[in-house]
Amino acid sequence: MNFHDRHLLRLRVNGEDHSLSDLDPRVTLLDLLRERLHLTGTKKGCNFGECGACTVHLDGRRVNACMILAVSCEGREVTTIEGLGNGDALHPVQQAFIDHDGFQCGFCTPGQVMSAAALIEEGHTGSDAEIREWMSGNLCRCSAYPQIVEAVRAAAGRVSQ
Amino acid sequence: MTPFVYARADSLGDTIAAGAAPDSAFLAGGTELLNWLRLGIAEPTRIIDISRLDGLDQIEALPGGGLTIGAVTHLNDVAQHALVMRDYPVLSQAILHAASPQLRNLATIGGNLLQKTRCAYFRAEEQLPCNKRQLGSGCSALHGINDNHAIFGWTKDCVATQPSDPAVALAALDAVVVTAHRSGGRRIPAAEFHLLPDTRPEADNVLQQGELITAIELPAAAPRSAYLKVRERESYEYAIVSAAAVLEMDGQTIRRAAVALGSVALRPWRLSTAEEQLAGTELGDREALSTAIEQSFAEARPLSQNAYKIELAKTAALRAIERAARMPS
Repeated sequence: MNFHDRHLLRLRVNGEDHSLSDLDPRVTLLDLLRERLHLTGTKKGCNFGECGACTVHLDGRRVNACMILAVSCEGREVTTIEGLGNGDALHPVQQAFIDHDGFQCGFCTPGQVMSAAALIEEGHTGSDAEIREWMSGNLCRCSAYPQIVEAVRAAAGRVSQ
Repeated sequence: MTPFVYARADSLGDTIAAGAAPDSAFLAGGTELLNWLRLGIAEPTRIIDISRLDGLDQIEALPGGGLTIGAVTHLNDVAQHALVMRDYPVLSQAILHAASPQLRNLATIGGNLLQKTRCAYFRAEEQLPCNKRQLGSGCSALHGINDNHAIFGWTKDCVATQPSDPAVALAALDAVVVTAHRSGGRRIPAAEFHLLPDTRPEADNVLQQGELITAIELPAAAPRSAYLKVRERESYEYAIVSAAAVLEMDGQTIRRAAVALGSVALRPWRLSTAEEQLAGTELGDREALSTAIEQSFAEARPLSQNAYKIELAKTAALRAIERAARMPS
């Protein structure tokens, strides 16, 4: 087994291929996105997997970017909030958060939106209770929870149409 | 984080050979390991990434009945697997009550069993007396904040609890933890996997250096089973008390019951004495059920702030049994 203290990492982020050299294996996916690729839409909240502000999609599944070593993402595909919409067109979940006032300070919002987009794909929108349960990994200190549930419900309707 | 070198494992043989070296750690989902690295709870110098090892992420029916679940299968994939949902609802429910959806997409069923206690003294960023952090330094919780600590099996060296939800279901199911090691693998009963603090308070489980969990095996289907979790908020929170119940019924009479409690000790706590008395009890006879459960609480010992957990645990056990009985068989 070949152990290294510096690595070459190839991964695709928001549809663009990257080849990153000299990567310290201690760097998390979150720090790689923010510090090396300058994609600062993904937020660093607790850095302990507790708040969900760093939620991104890894091979299409929502995950906490702070809990992943970047080096382990070799060959994988990451989508961040910057890559969710289509060019200047907002993703239906982003539009729904605006329409339903689903945020106040906005710090948790990228993670909320990424989580909501995945949750709709997963099909966990059967009821408000189900939406709340499956959104529970995203904390909002401003407590915009009722509006977030409304936004997710509305976006689910729009996506399925 | 202290520096480490990293390698991705591509074969089981290489993995257990490399893992035998001291200061090596296996990385699967990473949702515990990364926090240990940040807090200095673990300081491995070599990390072996097992998350892409072939054949360790499958769920398959066993020829003689039962199910085998590869160790690096993600928690959400276990909980939402058709066979697990149909035949082992207690496990599916326990997993879906654990962590958050995002964490369950990363965390694995094998890694989940290796969780360490959530005791605030153990997890403190500034090191405090804790025999699990530094053997011989004492236990801050014994006379400190211990409202959510153990009521069974604790010693003055450690009063912490094991926080895993799936482990409680696996203990009630009589699941087996299958391991691989350079000197041969083992089959460990899930209920005996975690260690109480009476002999080596610094150790969490029976694994040796370099021993890798490869699979979890479930015995025959247990459709009449359920998990109940009591916590301070409705979702995304560790348990104060949880209960897993697995029943076999003759009409409305319990033929066999297995009940395990979570977050009451450093291992899932089987109510063995109660289980014996529950056999033959009518489901509708709540008093008889409660009397049976009571038998297993003779050995319960509250700490200064957690006597309430004894009552809570008895009620949780009763409700889990009643919930299991209502599951379609």
